[in-house]
Formats: sequence, structure tokens, C-alpha cells
Amino acid sequence: MIKFFKSTFEKIIEGTLFLSSTITTLAIVLIIVFLFREGIGTFNQSPIEEGFSLVVNKNNPINELSAQQIKNIFDQNITNWKTVGGNKDSIILFNLDNISNFYSDSAIGENFEFLPQCISDYTEKHSGVVAFVSTRYTGKGFTGKILTTPKVTITQFISQKEWFPTAQPAAQLGVLALILGTLWVSFGAIVIALPLGLATSIYMAEVANPKVRNFLKPLVELLAGIPSVVYGFFGLVIIVPGIQKLFDLPVGETALAGSIVLGIMALPTIITISEDALRTTPKAMKEASLALGANKWQTTARVVIPYSSSGITAAAILGIGRAIGETMAVLMVTGNAAVIPHSFLEPVRTIPATIAAELGEAPQGGLHYKALFALGCILFIITMAINLIVGYVSSKKKYNTR
Amino acid sequence: MIISKKVIRNKNLKEKIAFNIFRVFSAIVVLSLVAILSFIIYNGISVINWTFLTAMPEDGMTKGGIFPAIVGTLCLVAGSMIFAIPIGVFSGIYINEYTKDSFYKRFIKLMTNNLAGIPSIVFGLFGMSLFVNTLRFGDSIIAGSLTLGLMVLPVVIRTTEEALKSVDNSFRHGSLALGATKLQTIRKVVLPMAFPNIITGIILSVGRVSGETAPILFTVAAYFLPKLPSSIFDQVMALPYHLYVISTSGTNIEESRPIAYGTALVLIGFVLIVNLAANALRKYFGKKVKMN
Repeated sequence: MIKFFKSTFEKIIEGTLFLSSTITTLAIVLIIVFLFREGIGTFNQSPIEEGFSLVVNKNNPINELSAQQIKNIFDQNITNWKTVGGNKDSIILFNLDNISNFYSDSAIGENFEFLPQCISDYTEKHSGVVAFVSTRYTGKGFTGKILTTPKVTITQFISQKEWFPTAQPAAQLGVLALILGTLWVSFGAIVIALPLGLATSIYMAEVANPKVRNFLKPLVELLAGIPSVVYGFFGLVIIVPGIQKLFDLPVGETALAGSIVLGIMALPTIITISEDALRTTPKAMKEASLALGANKWQTTARVVIPYSSSGITAAAILGIGRAIGETMAVLMVTGNAAVIPHSFLEPVRTIPATIAAELGEAPQGGLHYKALFALGCILFIITMAINLIVGYVSSKKKYNTR
Repeated sequence: MIISKKVIRNKNLKEKIAFNIFRVFSAIVVLSLVAILSFIIYNGISVINWTFLTAMPEDGMTKGGIFPAIVGTLCLVAGSMIFAIPIGVFSGIYINEYTKDSFYKRFIKLMTNNLAGIPSIVFGLFGMSLFVNTLRFGDSIIAGSLTLGLMVLPVVIRTTEEALKSVDNSFRHGSLALGATKLQTIRKVVLPMAFPNIITGIILSVGRVSGETAPILFTVAAYFLPKLPSSIFDQVMALPYHLYVISTSGTNIEESRPIAYGTALVLIGFVLIVNLAANALRKYFGKKVKMN
């Protein structure tokens, strides 16, 4: 009897342990479901805010305008319908902000009761007009033509350069600048961190005596433990003004500042992983090299480093991964201008920083909110790809050495 | 003979140059750490006093203390650990003690690695979508703790697994040979021996949780909330978010600089203590285990 209870108890415990072990898988599945459910919603919506529409004269041959064309029209970069494929007719902008230019208060009515009529009349009289109005005013008796806007597509989302998710009348959702900004800053970070990190790991694994190594190891761990906001704060107070003075720039918040901060932050990852890799070199191989008359540097350069090259590659890739996903430090030092970077001395904006800066202000369930989740999806896909590459690189090493 | 001497001199010169470059680069790494630490400590130490640690923020966060932020961070650490420690340790035990080198083991390890690689801001998005909006916890300690707990789970799992792996198999065999069941072996033999390393891992994950900002941005952190939380469904201030707010978007950035230095020092101090504690524990228990 007791034996029966005991074995049942053991089974229950084993079951609990098994359930616990499934949680990481469950978490990843949940993350994918929730991230992509919200993110994919971006691609079923019109970039024009719900409850509003664009209307034109009913004789205007244009039926559809893209988000970019709408922005150019309302920014008055396009002033003639011919540019967007219509008749030769200049564009007249009409929206509720400047309605007093067209109609007096009394014509509109005290409670805007005549407003629908005004809009209708105006669009009928002027052939070149384009009006951005609430759909409340374009219901029954409206004589103009309501334009349709193509829904946001994935190709557009990825290939367009302009990111103005709150722009009126049409949100501009192009993440190319953000993706390039992220890669640009991370590239800079790895250029700084890789030589420093590799040199330090080689020094720790091959050159330094054990005492120095035991002193360096906890320091590197500490470097990994410092919170990212503290790095960001340090960057903001020291590195940003330093860069501004050094290069005589109007603002110090640049890609370079982000790269330096991220470079320091990626150091512990690179140092620990590549040092571990360097240490896996069999002693026999090193001693064989030394016995052949090679000195320590020749052994390091021609035996140890080639032997551990896959580990070093993994370290570099993981360092890049850390830099790509880092949020707070980048948000604080890069200036957050959503433009395609041309040099390291310009402000840039990265994907994580965009999410962190804008999600608080985006109304839940709106297009902007969903677009930020779509950005999260892109980030998730990039980091997953990095993990898989690292897994592949490390598995390749096993294959080679056996 | 002359040529070979030249060759030897040449290669030794190369060695000297290369090793000195490594030395200089390592020094740069150490110096950057020293620079950050000394900068924060130098500027922050004059701000820290008892009032700063125990008073509410005042005057648009330009004066007063950071007490609610400290309490908030402690709440988040506690909450996330309540979630992450049991599940993480159980999971580690299952992976190391129960699974053989099977497909399932490799799969779980892959998933754990992938979870560890996901950026913190993505955890923030996920936590907001699942805990705050779908489960309707709102911005609350529980939503933030679960998000943070999920984020450090891989750390706890990995360190538990490593700790268990370092226990020699002969102990397991000895216990099993004496007639103990698998569970008894794990409880009475394996876990006590692996305990110090598991604790070290947990302490390090406490350090990680206390400094994370991105996951709590949209799940719990309050911009300014000069009162203490009364339930797990309350919002709290948190040290890292507080530092972010007062150094970038506070009401008066210049005037709140001292507070920012102080907050940064408290954060770093916390991380330093956590790291030192982990190291000390490792050493202490390391000796004890050897003596036995």
C-alpha cells in the first residue's frame, strides 16, 4: 500500500516537472501567437483613420490614391492632378481646419448643421478639390466621389522609407529607415566591440596569468550586469556631449553614440563566449605546436584561433543579436530621427527604440498600435534567425572535430 | 645561423607586438567599466542619504527621494522570482535528471535558447498584449512580474541544469544502489549538492530583473506615483524606469540630474551587491562541498 502511494507520488512529481519543462515552448508559442495576431492586423487596414474619408469632385477620373500620394498632396509637394495620373487641374486642399477660408461661420451654421451641404457644394463647384472629412458628412445627399485607399501591404511596409504613423490624413508606414537604422547602429557596435572583445578574450585565455584572469572575469560579469538604462544614462551625460564637441555637431545624439554604448554592452557576450571557445582547444594541439618551435603568438594565431573559429563566429553573431534587440540605451542616445542613415554622425532610429517610444501613445487596437506590433514581429524574426544561425555554426564545429 | 636568429627575433617581436595590443585592448575594456562605475559613484554618492532612500519624490521629481521606485522594484523582483524560481528549477531538474539524450531534450534546449535570445522589448509587447489587455490585469505588478519572470526563466533553467550536471554521477548511482528511489536521490543527494550553484544563478537573475526597463514600460511602470502599492493589481514606479524618465523626459531635466545620479547609483549598487553576493556564495559553498 505504502509502496503504491510512493510510486504514485513520484509519478505526480515527475508529471509536474515535465509540465514545467514545457513552459519555454509554451511561452514561445504564445509570444508568436500574440505578436503576430496583432501585427498582421496592420495589413488589413486602410492607412486613413477610421471614420474619415477623402472626397473629390465626381468628374475627377482619380479613383484611388496611395498613402504616399496623399501625403505629398497634403504637404503640397504635388499640386496638380496630372502628377498622380488625373486631368491637368490644380489641386485645391479642403479640410475642416481651413474651412473658414471657404465659408463664413454663418454659412456653416452654429452647430455645423450646414457643413455637409457646404462640403458637398464646394466639391461639386470646384473640379480640382480634394477634401479630408469625417464620413458623417459624406452620407446621404453627398454629390462628390469618395476615394478609396489601398490597404497597407507587407511589401509596402518593408520597402517604404517614411515612418509617420500618426500623419494626417494618411499614416505613412514604411519601416525601411528603421530597419536600416537598427542594422547601421548594430554594425557600428560590432565594429567597436569585436576587436576589443576578441583581444580581451584571447588575452584572458592565452596570455594572462591565472591571477589576472581571475581578476578580469568578475569584472566582465559586472559589465554584463549593469542595467541598460545606466549605460543609456552614461551615454547621454558623457558620450553624447563628447561627440557633439569633438565633431562640432548641432546635436550629439547620433548613430555613433548608439554604436559606442551598444559596443560596450555587447562586450561581455563576445568576451565570455569566445573565451569559452578558445579554452576548448585541446592542450595536445597547443603543445604540439609549441614543440615544433612555434612561439606562443604563432600557436595562438595558427592553432588556437582557427580551432575555435566557430565559437568566435557564434560570439560575434550573438553580440550583434544583443545590439539589435537593445532598447533603452539606444532610445536614450541615438536621437530617434526616422531617416535612412548616411553617416555615423546623424541621428537614427532603431526598431526597438521606436516601439518603446511610441507604444505608450498609440491607442490600443488602432493602426499605429498594430504597426508597432508588426515591428515587434520583424525584431522577433531577426533574433530567431540569429539564434538558428548560431545553432548551426556551433553544430558545425562538432561535426568538424569528430 | 644569422638568418635563423633574425627569424627568431622577428617572430618574438611579432609576439610582443600582438600580446601588447591584447593587453592594451583588455585595459580599454576594464577602463570603460571603471569609467562608468566611478562616474556614477562620484556623482551619485553626495546625493545618497537616508532621506533620499526613504522619501517620496517631490516638486516634479526634482527633489525628494526615490522610495516608491525602490519598493516597486523590490515588488517586481519578488513577483517575478515567485514565478520563475519554481518553474525554472523544476524545468532544469526535468531536463537534466529525467530526459535522456533524446529529441525532446534537444527540443527543449533549443526553445530555452530561443527564449533567451528574444529582445526584452518584445517581451514588453507580449506582456502588454497577453497580461495587460487579454487577461485584463491592467498595468499592474502581476502583469509586470509575469513578463519579467518569463524573461529570466531561461537563465534560471540553464543555471539549474549546469548545477545539476556538475554533480558527479557516482553520487546518483550510490544512492540508487542503497535502494533510494529516483525522487529520493534527487531530493536528498543531487539537489543539496547542486544547491549553491542554483542559488548563484537565481541571485544573478535577480540582478537582471531589477535592471530591466523595456519589459515593464507597458506592463507596470508608472511615470509618477507617490504612494506605495496596496495590491498586486496596482501600478508601481520602478528604479530603472524612474532613471529613464528623469534623465530624458522629466519636467526639469537639469534640476533633476542629481536625483538621476542618485538613482543610477542605487541601481548599480544593487547590481554590485548582487554580484558580490553571488561570488561570495560560490566561494563559501564551494569550500564547504569540498570539505565534505
